[in-house]
Amino acid sequence: MMLHLNKDTARPNNKRKMRRSTRVSIILLSIIVIAAIIGPELSNWQPEDIDWDAMEQGPSLAHPFGTDLVGRDLFVRTMIGARTSLTIAVIATFVSLIIGVPWGAFAGYLGGRVDQFMMRIVDVLYGLPFILLVILLVVLFGRNPYLLFAALGAIFWLDLARIVRGQTLSIRQALFIEASRSLGAHTGQIVWRHIIPNVIGPVIVYATITLPSVILAESFISFLGLGVQEPNTSWGVLIADGTATIESSPWMLIFPGVLLVTTLWCCNTLGDRLSDHRDEIQRNPVNL
Amino acid sequence: MLITLLTVITLVFGLVRLAPGGPFDGERQMPPDIEANLRAAYHLDEPIYQQYARYMSGLLQGDLGPSFRQKDFDVNELIAAGLPISAGLGVAALFTALILGIGIGIAAGFNQRTFADRLIMAVNNLNIALPTIVVAPLMVLVFSVLLRWFPAGGSDSIWHFVLPTIALALPYSAAIARLTRAGIIETKLEPHVKTAMAKGLSQSRLVYRHILPMALLPVISFLGPAAATLLTGSVVVEQVFDLPGIGRYFVQGALNRDYTLVMGVVVVYSAAIVTFNFFVDLAYAWLDPRIRLRQ
Repeated sequence: MMLHLNKDTARPNNKRKMRRSTRVSIILLSIIVIAAIIGPELSNWQPEDIDWDAMEQGPSLAHPFGTDLVGRDLFVRTMIGARTSLTIAVIATFVSLIIGVPWGAFAGYLGGRVDQFMMRIVDVLYGLPFILLVILLVVLFGRNPYLLFAALGAIFWLDLARIVRGQTLSIRQALFIEASRSLGAHTGQIVWRHIIPNVIGPVIVYATITLPSVILAESFISFLGLGVQEPNTSWGVLIADGTATIESSPWMLIFPGVLLVTTLWCCNTLGDRLSDHRDEIQRNPVNL
Repeated sequence: MLITLLTVITLVFGLVRLAPGGPFDGERQMPPDIEANLRAAYHLDEPIYQQYARYMSGLLQGDLGPSFRQKDFDVNELIAAGLPISAGLGVAALFTALILGIGIGIAAGFNQRTFADRLIMAVNNLNIALPTIVVAPLMVLVFSVLLRWFPAGGSDSIWHFVLPTIALALPYSAAIARLTRAGIIETKLEPHVKTAMAKGLSQSRLVYRHILPMALLPVISFLGPAAATLLTGSVVVEQVFDLPGIGRYFVQGALNRDYTLVMGVVVVYSAAIVTFNFFVDLAYAWLDPRIRLRQ
């Protein structure tokens, strides 16, 4: 244990020495994000263009990722899919922040009965097969992409609320909060101006962990045919198409699959590293 | 426990009634009196609280109501047809995950910082990032199409369940291995283990009696939330391997907008999760001497 501590305290001093896995995941993730932004522009094909001479063809010079059953270029479709998947992930994570952070902050700050009641709701919701409820929502209200964002965000705020509440509990007795209370600031002001800015660090760390879960949830729903719809596409849709034709054209599964796995791995690695780093800073604030 | 279940049912019921458009909205406009008759047949013309009371009393008697789409079936029959397959798959996957995960975790935890430990954990970390929707089709490609070891889909023999079980179990075994390893490494340093060692207990008694029960506590508490995600995973696995379980009915129902069927599946799933969580709590109390002593 002693040895471990020493190693950790030594690290923040030489910031240039990043772990190799961290560097690799930052680079890979940047490539994927840039590809999602400019990738579709690089290709000669449009996502809905049909190449009548190349239906269900493997990777070639003209089509680096091959083509699908009706001859659409898979490179450009995979890039568009990346765009959709990443956008949904970012928006849904944002929605979960908007719900989770104030919920946790108010519960932690107000304390007592209110806290118990609010966290009891979180506990009850926690045990539910939430993704099934999201599917139910999608079934009932139609396949509206905005609804999908909101519903996904509504699953992932629970953890955030718990984390923010924990952090709030640790600072609610702090002097600066007592001071602003004695100056007559009301609850909303204290939570908004003093508590939320002070808990934002762990929130950002947790958001990086939420991101891959949202990507996964979106691809899961789209895989089942209940999320993003043709002619729009996402990784989940592409993987579903690839699964259907796995015997005749495995490349349709492999390219989007590899991209999805790489993205998840990078996000997980970065999330782990960020939370390690935060623990270090908390242990010895001098190094800040 | 009951509160959770009641919340789910009420939430689901409320959502279904809030939805725009009736269950009978089809391509073709129905004559109004036929639609009125249909609504009356399914009791949709009653006030909402009566419908709620009817659904709840039906549920208490174990009746999930009729299917809105498949006219000759009620939801009970459809779920009863899929339940054995889904439940069997889930239980088998859970045990596979536990055996694999705890085994790997023990191997890694007691041989910390060796080459084997690093290798195991590296494979494991990769495994956590591999979603079922990618792994399951790849397994079909490798083991069914290329190697022809196992059948690709269907549910005719026990061999049809090998690949689905493994596909469903893999992510959990990875997470369980990680937790077991961390638990063992931490427990090894606990004072009570040092005391036991100082008493001169044998290696096996030390491991089985003093280290493992403590080290497995995080695994047990992981199983609760894992049950929920295991169910969602089984929906994908049933889809990929063409198994006629509840998950398939769920997706079909969702695509056909068969409200009652989807509702019924969510209720059954939630009941399964809540029950499972209850047993997890019991197991926790049984394993942890600190909780046991308090009673």
